[in-house]
Amino acid sequence: MNDKAWNNRAWFFVLPVLAFVLFSSLIPMMTVVNYSVQDTMGQNHFFWNGAGWFQNLLDPTTDIGGRFARAIVRNFVFSAAILAIEIPLGILVALSLPRRGWAVGPTLVIIALPMLIPWNVVGTIWQIFARQDIGLLGAVVNKIGIHYNDTEDPVSAWATIVVMDVWHWTSMVALLCYAGLKAIPDAYYQAARIDAARRWSVFLNIELPKLRKVLIIAVLLRFMESFMIYTEPMVVTGGGPGEATSFMSLDLVKIALGQVDLGNAAAYSLIYNLITLTVCWIFFTTMTQLEARKGA
Amino acid sequence: MARITLDGIAHAYRAVPRGDADYALKPLHHVWEHGLAYALLGPSGCGKTTLLNIISGLLIPTEGRLLFDERDVTLLPTEQRNIAQVFQFPVIYDTMTVAENLAFPLKNRRMERRAIAARVAEIGEMLGLTAEMGRRARGLTADARQKVSLGRGLVRPDVSAVLFDEPLTVIDPALKWELRSKLKIVHRTLDLLMIYVTHDQVEALTFADRVVVMNDGRVLQIGTPTELFERPDHTFVGYFIGSPGMNLLPAQVMGRHARVDGHVLDLGATYPASPPGGRVQLGVRPEYATLAAGDGIPVQVRRVEDLGRRRLARVALGPHELVATLPPGLSIAGSEAVLQVEPPNLHVYVDDRRVEGIAA
Repeated sequence: MNDKAWNNRAWFFVLPVLAFVLFSSLIPMMTVVNYSVQDTMGQNHFFWNGAGWFQNLLDPTTDIGGRFARAIVRNFVFSAAILAIEIPLGILVALSLPRRGWAVGPTLVIIALPMLIPWNVVGTIWQIFARQDIGLLGAVVNKIGIHYNDTEDPVSAWATIVVMDVWHWTSMVALLCYAGLKAIPDAYYQAARIDAARRWSVFLNIELPKLRKVLIIAVLLRFMESFMIYTEPMVVTGGGPGEATSFMSLDLVKIALGQVDLGNAAAYSLIYNLITLTVCWIFFTTMTQLEARKGA
Repeated sequence: MARITLDGIAHAYRAVPRGDADYALKPLHHVWEHGLAYALLGPSGCGKTTLLNIISGLLIPTEGRLLFDERDVTLLPTEQRNIAQVFQFPVIYDTMTVAENLAFPLKNRRMERRAIAARVAEIGEMLGLTAEMGRRARGLTADARQKVSLGRGLVRPDVSAVLFDEPLTVIDPALKWELRSKLKIVHRTLDLLMIYVTHDQVEALTFADRVVVMNDGRVLQIGTPTELFERPDHTFVGYFIGSPGMNLLPAQVMGRHARVDGHVLDLGATYPASPPGGRVQLGVRPEYATLAAGDGIPVQVRRVEDLGRRRLARVALGPHELVATLPPGLSIAGSEAVLQVEPPNLHVYVDDRRVEGIAA
């Protein structure tokens, strides 16, 4: 093990990567850090504010703090809701897709279509789709007697955004699971038939364990993206009615660009970033550690 | 307790077979007797696995009928046939323990709980898995995993047959031998019909009571290991069984004698005149073609290979090459030697099929 040459000059090979990371993420982020510890009275004159913005933001009794806390709750509720729908639904779709034959190609393309549409176009589609006067969805739902108005009623607005995300991204979960299912050798299914295993038993004992790894990736990707969602609710509800669908990203843009409140916005975005990072890290380490412990 | 009858079973993977070449398995009649261990031996792609999958019901044959005793099961789905099958690579339910894996086929068939526990313990002990029973199956080594697979195949007490599809491919050579003898013991204790697919002749000859040699979708010979060695029915069997395989020499056969490159050999029996245009070959195993001092057919010695236990010589008889045994104690000076073959060990093949001589 330890008979390798000891040469610290090898670190020089890391320099290009370091330079790249500096320019792509660290330096731009430092400008945000810069704003988060300073205040200004205009005329491009800044002075030191220490942890003031952060203290304000993390104190729910202040105006900005309360707003921040409500947005966090909304974000977590939204991510939990779409994960609870998209993961099982994605698995179900993947299980029912054809695995061989001529139908595979066309089916996969059709399944993948929603993912290929840009976010703001998805928003526009659903904005029109949900309208009560001319939108197919909105008009039909109101016709059958359910009161539905995504610009006035918070429940309708939430339902629209959740359904829109499910429509947009379930295909990704389905395609990941499909790839995982295709990787299971035929012998497993043949052995299950020989053992007279029932369908549910095949799913629990063969398919689900083999899907564990792709599901970890699917949950991670969907959590990160849903936690950072911006464009679609921006186009469909604009964060309303009231602040009912003002997720953290929408709220942040209002503070930074609407109110030009740079200090609060900078502190807000740093904490937002930290939350995403922490949740993903906790999620990933617990999942991989569970994996390792089961393997032992 | 069952006998399995193949009544003209044939299979083509193409939906509408256009000719003989489309058949992975040519029409086949055979009866597998209860209590015997069969080996299906042949090179890769010869139709062994196809035949196995037809018996277990994973494939429905294009033609023919499959009978378990007198019952026609040709169209019956796998789970309703009393068949166990073990695959080439270990198939393990990762979420379960070793014991749960073994119990799975019994549980699915709603066997009584106490009977399951007893049977699982018995099979686990037979395969040497007792110490691992409570462990989760995913952490096991490759050969322990395959033992669990084998166990799942053997655990059902009521099966008509247990089918093995090259089950020892992934096993370490040293363990292979051990597992094979274990399977033999299991076979004797459980008194089952076992069909064992392999392309390894040693495996086939040591495991089986009867060996079925296949090539290109056809069964060429079914017999005991001795029969296959002493009297191969087909040149392919002669070549495939034995290491090195049988020597084949183009010859002219006239009654009791054969002529090879101008030399006359006594056949010890009278053979009918071969049909015109037929390719006539003389077959002799290297074990029975010995070099000697004295009378015989003069040959050129090309090379001698010392294998430790025995010595083999590559010799030339005119333009034909063959392998012969160099008996212990005999040393060859130069390249001239003499070849001796006992008449009963000489076989005549016409168009690759063995022709029986009339002893007189």
